[in-house]
Amino acid sequence: MLAKRIIPCLDVKDGRVVKGINFVNLKDAGDPVEQAKVYNQQGADELVFLDIAASFEDRGPMLDVITRTAEQVFIPLTVGGGIKSIDDINRLLRAGADKVSMNTVAVKNPDLIKSAVLEFGSQCIVVAIDAKLNKKLKIKNKKLGWEVYITGGREAAGLDAIEWAKKVEDLGAGEILLTSMDKDGTKDGYDLELTKEIVEAVNIPVIASGGAGNLEHLYQAFKIAGCDAVLAASIFHYGEFTIKEAKDYLSGKGVAIRMDK
Amino acid sequence: MKFIAVVDYNMGNLHSVSKALELASRGLGIKLLVSRDREDILRSSAIVLPGVGAFGKGIENLKRLNLIDALKERIRAGVPFLGICLGLQLLFTESEEHGKFKGLDIIKGRVVKFPETVKIPHMGWNQIQIKDKILNIKNDPEKFAESLEEKSKIGLFDGISDNSYFYFVHSYYVEPEDEGCIMAISDYGLEFTSVIGKDNIYGMQFHPEKSVGLGIKIFSNFAKIVSGRL
Repeated sequence: MLAKRIIPCLDVKDGRVVKGINFVNLKDAGDPVEQAKVYNQQGADELVFLDIAASFEDRGPMLDVITRTAEQVFIPLTVGGGIKSIDDINRLLRAGADKVSMNTVAVKNPDLIKSAVLEFGSQCIVVAIDAKLNKKLKIKNKKLGWEVYITGGREAAGLDAIEWAKKVEDLGAGEILLTSMDKDGTKDGYDLELTKEIVEAVNIPVIASGGAGNLEHLYQAFKIAGCDAVLAASIFHYGEFTIKEAKDYLSGKGVAIRMDK
Repeated sequence: MKFIAVVDYNMGNLHSVSKALELASRGLGIKLLVSRDREDILRSSAIVLPGVGAFGKGIENLKRLNLIDALKERIRAGVPFLGICLGLQLLFTESEEHGKFKGLDIIKGRVVKFPETVKIPHMGWNQIQIKDKILNIKNDPEKFAESLEEKSKIGLFDGISDNSYFYFVHSYYVEPEDEGCIMAISDYGLEFTSVIGKDNIYGMQFHPEKSVGLGIKIFSNFAKIVSGRL
């Protein structure tokens, strides 16, 4: 049976790990490669590196992090942040990334997603959707509406998140990384309603992100929202829980989890 | 010195494949050579054909690099061959991915898409169910193996238990005409072939280079087959 995935996320700036609370207040927390090795040993199913400064700065340090990680950590690696062109994607994939995640550029230039899918295949093209509740945005018979945000949460894109998710699937993306901006950094749990809506709207895997504060939250995301994978940073990053503890917990509650290493 | 040629035909993740193979073949006296040169392929003691991406593009790239005959010739000559993901699919007669494309036709059969009833791509960690016959040979080779070739074939699964998890990412799967070559299947809405073994040819739909310890173990088993230790 296909297992549900646990994906730790490492926010990386200038080749070092940081974790933003609501996208600000950065705290340095170490070497990404060392951190990746720890997560790998704990049984992480994949890793996501988010290059949080890549829109503005040189990408060299990140390519180096990917190359060094891919030499030692044999699980899938996804890289996101500041990707603008086919050439950017090519460089990251050649450095050892398995998937690339795009947000702003997907909204501004959807054709790039299409071309990237043709060039590299759906399996390595992830579209990241940052969504925030907008009470004015009532679509069809839905009670709630969520709006898509770009440029690291700074700019509203004027798109409905559910409609955008469907569009992204049509463009050929192989996966959606869905972050609730309302929940991100709160530790109140994932936005189950938003995640469920997106999971039901598309036929590609959905990774839930934003808000994990304890292991029950991971369980809810799988059980109630039906997502394929959960992404979490803080709860693993500051040693509150290990990946193994999370997997034991979920497996004990009947979630299909890869337990062998 | 024996060397494994890892075919570089612009179809993705070579870096991980070569690093994982390097780790797996350490101490076995085997070199690795990442190459797109047909002379290298023709001299190789074993071949790994990795790959992610579209079937049509994969075949086109092999053609453009003038590698098809070289690959076929080496496989016919009996060198151990391992196809990974797209590298497995390319061995087949034809694929229905974005139209109809002819494959290498080394294994008779087709490459078909998962039905719309499941999420596509099939992405993540899934289990393999090793075929009963293979499990029997694995447990008691003297009793169950009908030939020496069968006995060596199961070396690929040395240390790999039934229902182990591996990392998959694909939208199409292979349907061999001769079910005898199926070594393991997996379940994703339907049962599909996840590992094949026929004579000197092995293929797997999952990515050993992304499947941590067990993936390295499979690579190491393959390297041992190449070195003659299995």
